[in-house]
Amino acid sequence: MAAAIQAEPAKLRWGELEEDDGEDLDFLLPPRQVIGPDENGIKRVIEYKFDDDGNKVKITTTTRTRKLANARLSKRAVERRSWPKFGDAVHEDVGARLTMVSTEEILLERPKPLGSNKEDPKTADPLSQFNKGAVLMVCRTCGKKGDHWTSRCPYKDLAQPPETFVDKPVATDAAPGASAGSAKGAYVPPSLRAGAERTTGSDMRRRNDENSVRVTNLSEDTREPDLLELFRPFGAVSRVYVAIDQKTGMSRGFGFVNFVSREDAQRAINKLNGYGYDNLILRVEWATPRTT
Amino acid sequence: MRPILMKGHERPLTFLKYNRDGDLLFSCAKDHNPTVWFADNGERLGTYRGHNGAVWCCDVSRDSGRLITGSADQTAKLWNVQTGQQLFTFNFDSPARSVDFSVGDKLAVITTDPFMELSSAIHVKRIAKDPSDQTAESLLVIKGPQGRINRAIWGPLNKTIISAGEDAVIRIWDSETGKLLKESDKELGHKKTITSLAKSADGSHFCTGSLDKSAKIWDSRTLSLVKTYVTERPVNAVTMSPLLDHVVLGGGQDASAVTTTDHRAGKFEAKFFDKILQEEIGGVKGHFGPINALAFNPDGKSFSSGGEDGYVRLHHFDPDYFNIKI
Repeated sequence: MAAAIQAEPAKLRWGELEEDDGEDLDFLLPPRQVIGPDENGIKRVIEYKFDDDGNKVKITTTTRTRKLANARLSKRAVERRSWPKFGDAVHEDVGARLTMVSTEEILLERPKPLGSNKEDPKTADPLSQFNKGAVLMVCRTCGKKGDHWTSRCPYKDLAQPPETFVDKPVATDAAPGASAGSAKGAYVPPSLRAGAERTTGSDMRRRNDENSVRVTNLSEDTREPDLLELFRPFGAVSRVYVAIDQKTGMSRGFGFVNFVSREDAQRAINKLNGYGYDNLILRVEWATPRTT
Repeated sequence: MRPILMKGHERPLTFLKYNRDGDLLFSCAKDHNPTVWFADNGERLGTYRGHNGAVWCCDVSRDSGRLITGSADQTAKLWNVQTGQQLFTFNFDSPARSVDFSVGDKLAVITTDPFMELSSAIHVKRIAKDPSDQTAESLLVIKGPQGRINRAIWGPLNKTIISAGEDAVIRIWDSETGKLLKESDKELGHKKTITSLAKSADGSHFCTGSLDKSAKIWDSRTLSLVKTYVTERPVNAVTMSPLLDHVVLGGGQDASAVTTTDHRAGKFEAKFFDKILQEEIGGVKGHFGPINALAFNPDGKSFSSGGEDGYVRLHHFDPDYFNIKI
């Protein structure tokens, strides 16, 4: 803050500039202000410049400087820190932004959910629980009983697609001519063409919507790890997501948590809906499937 | 963790290398300018201009004074790390694929690709202390293996040279006579092209990654197979943590097939494996193309990955990485 005050112009005042008819002071720009960094490491730089039409533009750049863990550097490394730039880096544009910090929080994604071990029946294949009541489980695609659910049918790709998806290309191995889609002249994405590698793309999207719980009225400071910590006690969590505003980097106050098993999700909803978290009352409910 | 994204290259990355202190990160790409970055904040320090083709590999001397790069323009060049000045150019008759300084930085091994009628070769060059005394003559040229040699590195005490390449066989050569000492077992070894080879911090073992979707750890002296890590995508890059018993594999489907599938299907993560238990620990996502290069900071607290997408992603680990339990 002290720096900002020092940077304030001594002679000119904004209000007076307009009335000063005598000379054209439009070419004057307010000086650059640097506010911070404050205790959170947030530094704000306010600059003014003329754009192409000659209008004054105020540019506020907010940056957060993060202290990395106290690194021990060798003497040589410290010396290298002050080496002058060379090559293409000499004329580096400030606006080039070659180096950016990812806006996305990347976690080391564990192949199995945290805090689970193989003995835990819930984290095992959810189907195993139903093996006794196998008659309940009838695959609509291949008609097999008690082996898998429709959505997990291994013969899904071979089966005739249901009526609702007639405009999708038929990708059966039995009818390669039709699968090429050339007869209809419709475009077939390469991933769906015959002979293309089967991908799990659509499958994964579906999984994202499975057992998804929407959490709203989150406080702005809540991040994905916090949410994970909150929901983990209820069972294996496969995905945690907190909506972040791209511009401000702040949480938008809602998020999604996916559970591996539906019962865990239901228990979490029962327990956490209306739960006071970070002085706000959480609203936890089933996520409505995306309409796309 | 929030990785730092470095977009200095316009073409796919080919190689990444930290200097010994871990404060500088060198990146090579298919564009012609190897680049050096500060490894803590990702700021670009400079570029090495002079190559006229894709740069495949680089190595930096222990004192961070010299850089050697191998390029598809059929040259390998020595550079002054600080100024970006070219010190010497080794000319070959075919693209230079891999370069490696020996312990002590007095020698360098350079491999060249098969080209026209020429077969691939491993060249050993003496690196003079004073660049004005540098000569282009080879101390030793090893020929024999069929196909490209993707990587050749120095073995323990510079007594051997370890090479691996398209024929999926790892070979150990005598670095003085050029005699073939050992060959990896056909049964145990890789089945497809070996794309990468990384030495452990102490040099006692090394890790190879192959298009047969596996990575293997070998003993540097006996060439016996120690561990195998199986994954579900071709491995383009491997690295080992100098701090923890972790192996990182990078890869993904072939670049030519990328646009035909969902990006989640490409499996462009850097996969962490427990070195001893051979079990997967986790994955770090982010690239929009296969990972071509991986490097661990010598302090083991950060690593960087370079992808076909032209980005270098520099990851400083969160504190909880250091007490992951399986």
